Amino acid sequence: MTAPQPRRRRIGVYVCHCGGNISDYVDVGRVVEAVREEDDVVVAREAMFTCSEATQREIVEDIAAEELDGLVVASCSPKLHQTTFREVARRGGLNPYLYSQVNIREQCSWTHTDDRAGATEKAIRLVRAGIAKTRLSAPLEPLNVTTTRRALVVGGGVAGMRSAVALADVGIEVVLVEREDHLGGAVAGLGEMFPNQVRGDELAARLIAEIEQREAITVRTRSVLREKRGTYGNYEVAVETAGKVSRVAVGQIIVATGFVSYTPELGEYGYGMPGVVTLEEFDRLLAKSSGPLRAGGREVSSVAYLYCVGSRNEENPACSRYCCSAAVHASILAARRQPSLRQFHLHRDLRTYGRNELAFRESRRLGSLYLRFGDDDAPRISAEGEQVRVIVRDQLAAGEELALSVDLLVLVTGMRPRSNDELVNTLKLPVGRDGFFNEIHPKLRPVETIVDGVSICGACQGPKTAAEAVTSGLAAAAHAAAVLKRGVAELDPEVAIVRAEACSGCGECVSACPFAAIALLDGASPRARVDASACKGCGACVPVCPEDAIDLQGYRDVQLRAMITAMAGEVAP
Amino acid sequence: MLVFSTNLISDPGIDLAGSSHLHYDPGVVVLSVPCTSGIKPAWILHALREGFDGVFIAADGDECGYLADCSARSARLVATAQELLATEGIDGRRLKMTAICSVCAEPFARQVRAFCDSLEELGS
Repeated sequence: MTAPQPRRRRIGVYVCHCGGNISDYVDVGRVVEAVREEDDVVVAREAMFTCSEATQREIVEDIAAEELDGLVVASCSPKLHQTTFREVARRGGLNPYLYSQVNIREQCSWTHTDDRAGATEKAIRLVRAGIAKTRLSAPLEPLNVTTTRRALVVGGGVAGMRSAVALADVGIEVVLVEREDHLGGAVAGLGEMFPNQVRGDELAARLIAEIEQREAITVRTRSVLREKRGTYGNYEVAVETAGKVSRVAVGQIIVATGFVSYTPELGEYGYGMPGVVTLEEFDRLLAKSSGPLRAGGREVSSVAYLYCVGSRNEENPACSRYCCSAAVHASILAARRQPSLRQFHLHRDLRTYGRNELAFRESRRLGSLYLRFGDDDAPRISAEGEQVRVIVRDQLAAGEELALSVDLLVLVTGMRPRSNDELVNTLKLPVGRDGFFNEIHPKLRPVETIVDGVSICGACQGPKTAAEAVTSGLAAAAHAAAVLKRGVAELDPEVAIVRAEACSGCGECVSACPFAAIALLDGASPRARVDASACKGCGACVPVCPEDAIDLQGYRDVQLRAMITAMAGEVAP
Repeated sequence: MLVFSTNLISDPGIDLAGSSHLHYDPGVVVLSVPCTSGIKPAWILHALREGFDGVFIAADGDECGYLADCSARSARLVATAQELLATEGIDGRRLKMTAICSVCAEPFARQVRAFCDSLEELGS
């Protein structure tokens, strides 16, 4: 079978010097001369900075003057400027998907700073592949869908509650689902918190009052999310309350399911012994009592804090980031209640970042002593009558071994991911190696997930302070509101497509798709059909099709083969 | 050598290798797709027939944002590709897959150099 000859295209190619980031290591002029000879290339230029306003204007003008129907820019990684040049194409009246970005900086000039000839030859191959892809590109239109102006928030801690209030205030209805019989989350169980001395229970109560004032928020306590159906911007979720399931239409979903405090193994640093508690338990003791400290029916005259329990070890290499400041703060509260209290902080490193450093100083002023032990030299804990005996080698005292007898040992435990398999399965949430949920990009898209329509916020993303949890809750609300206020959502058109005439209806692709985006259409002979609004564009259905009937837009079989051929081709010396 | 990378996971790792000026042979070119599980075994065969000496799949592994079982799926694809290469009489050692994370710059450069060396031993 011979493939039909594709019609002639008119492609413009722009090769960037990137100041010298590319041209110091790649002979850009030679690249331009080489690709100018390629079929369908009608414009080939070099530019000092293709992303500059001047070159962008030049490209826009070329599109009109040369009647371009394809565009290739060879510059940096597509992570940086793919969106920029898609926009340039659009400004020139060209469909953005007729544009291809070629990475000759990160993956060429910067990699081969030691081989100018090799880098130049490689750049030519890469640009040829970009031309080959563009030659076979077709215009794609983002799918527009009308959205349901209501959001679901899962989790009624501070992050979820603040998010719900923010959404209600911009006119979006909210269904707030909470597993427990009351709102508030972890913060509701806390007394005075750092850094501004507000009590956690009061903070939660204030947010609950705000929620009660807003008719747009429906609170569903003792409830869990059981099911999610539908497509981007228009989901139907099933919420179960005390055995009864009801269905709600929502356009966006925000997950704010929080964390669990690490619970040490029995015997881990004496946990389980009388007088040994976790930071969470100690915080509760402080919150629920006043006056001189008492624990287990006895007066407490000395406390030791052992930092990083359950963190920064082999099993959990991460730092939980809030616990140093929380423990320092707890010791200040304890010292104020009982100035005679003797307090010892046994730490590996101390990370009281930002203003929390002032609390560290304050704790020392109030009499706390800090002892530093080595990473491989953990303190040894044993019972000593009604007290706890702690032996520690203090690096700050020339490695001298000290034996402390204290009434209370506080294991400074951090935040761990909450295990919630049902929610993960229902929403297909991306779980990171550490067990917390993953955002798309920690800096640029910090609350969106790879699952369209589902955002995450608060400590379900990783250890956070209450302030940070609320900030991310507001970010998630802003993102959800931005989608829902517009009323329509644009979906990425690089999705799977089925050539119906080649499909045998075997259903392999249906079971390969984890997003339920492919269904077999009923009929005399069933055919697979892709729901473009549910397809995420992973392409996992493509190789499983025994008839080669599925393609991923932007990565079609003919395009990939042409790119491979172009890259394999010889480059004239 | 042709490298298949993925837009969100291994391609950023390969970018980082470049930003860190970690050198490897300029005969190594990278083709990025959304997800390892979307690579057709036929593309691998096509590459080797077109003159590439080897194909290296810089896989998403457990970090894949689309598929929880991406590693298992891509392992199946590689197995299928190996069968395909065997029927074509192509040495299976010309195909290699390793998970490359989004910050795995050094491991990528190391793996690619080692693979280049092993391809050199196989000859063209």
